[in-house]
Amino acid sequence: MTLVLALLVGGAFGFMLDRVGASDPGEIIGMLRLTHLRLMKTILLAIGVGAVLTFAGLLAGFVDPVHLSVKTAHLGVVLGGLLLGAGFGMAGYCPGTGLAAAATGRIDACFFVVGGLVGAAGYMLTHTLWAGAGVLAPIAGGKVTLGPIAGTSYPALIEAVSGEWLGIAVGVVFIAIAVAIPDTLRPTRAVRPPGRRFEATG
Amino acid sequence: MYAPWTIGGVLLGFVFFVAVLLVQPVGVSTQFVVVDAILWDAADHAAITLDPASATGYTSTNAYLAEGGGRYAAQAAEFPGYGLVFVAALMLGAFLSALLRGGVGRRERAMPSIWRARFGDNPARRWIACFGGGAIVLYGARLAGGCTSGHMMSGTMQTALSGFLFSFATFAAAVPTAVAIYRRER
Repeated sequence: MTLVLALLVGGAFGFMLDRVGASDPGEIIGMLRLTHLRLMKTILLAIGVGAVLTFAGLLAGFVDPVHLSVKTAHLGVVLGGLLLGAGFGMAGYCPGTGLAAAATGRIDACFFVVGGLVGAAGYMLTHTLWAGAGVLAPIAGGKVTLGPIAGTSYPALIEAVSGEWLGIAVGVVFIAIAVAIPDTLRPTRAVRPPGRRFEATG
Repeated sequence: MYAPWTIGGVLLGFVFFVAVLLVQPVGVSTQFVVVDAILWDAADHAAITLDPASATGYTSTNAYLAEGGGRYAAQAAEFPGYGLVFVAALMLGAFLSALLRGGVGRRERAMPSIWRARFGDNPARRWIACFGGGAIVLYGARLAGGCTSGHMMSGTMQTALSGFLFSFATFAAAVPTAVAIYRRER
């Protein structure tokens, strides 16, 4: 049964990643260069919708809080995020979208995936160095969320406010940002209206 | 060609929600470790062993795989588990979607046009860059304890501090890198 769910949820996730253009490095790099923000709007809206539905479901009681999985905050999250970001900005792939792109027949994505297996093996061999240096020590409470969530033992940054309502508020903020972001922050020649440069002579 | 941000965002967000509703938040990068561990154990059966003292019943000679009560060792030993089938299905879903929208063109499959416009027609350069990029991305993801899926999408969706830290760091590196490398558009 779990494996059937894995097929359904994983299949829907991969299908949607490709549908929104996340498996296309041209779209990813356009987003990261801030020239084509459609994908950024899509992802922010998705996170917002996911947050509102999840926390509303927790409040209504039909989402089981044990299904939540909050990861530890540590210095490695920031260092690893910087490394991942550099590779993401160069290749235009992240782990999930690289796999999706490889499945759509992109040869460069296959090289990305094989490189990823090598990188993950490299981490397996060097993990103890990071752990020994204290980089992986929890900060600010470790597996911490904005507010306390009923049915979980995660510590909260803001103890006084309901984590569920904060989660809905965060979701609404993400949706509002998605709506507010323009299609581009750095217009390129390609997105200017065609023929405009002839106005002066016309 | 691609879904508008409104419909695409709502449907993708619904997938995130369904994942939490039914099983657990979406996550991908762990499976790169699990596949490495499966390959390693196939080559050397002493890599992952039964251990009644560990929480999952498995341990490994590698400290990372043995961590957390042997949770990575267990995922490699008891495959295919949820996580691995999830990423296999992810690939199948992406394949079906690409098929339905007419597939990716032959030139684009070799390397994306945005790379071609900047670095020319030699695909080997792109492939080497992608291999190196993949290695950096997955090394970083495992150091961070998650990737764009597990930290950025699932983490921020659950209001996890780690998700916000990760997202900030990722974009702080990815935006300047992409701006510096790709000076020209398609």
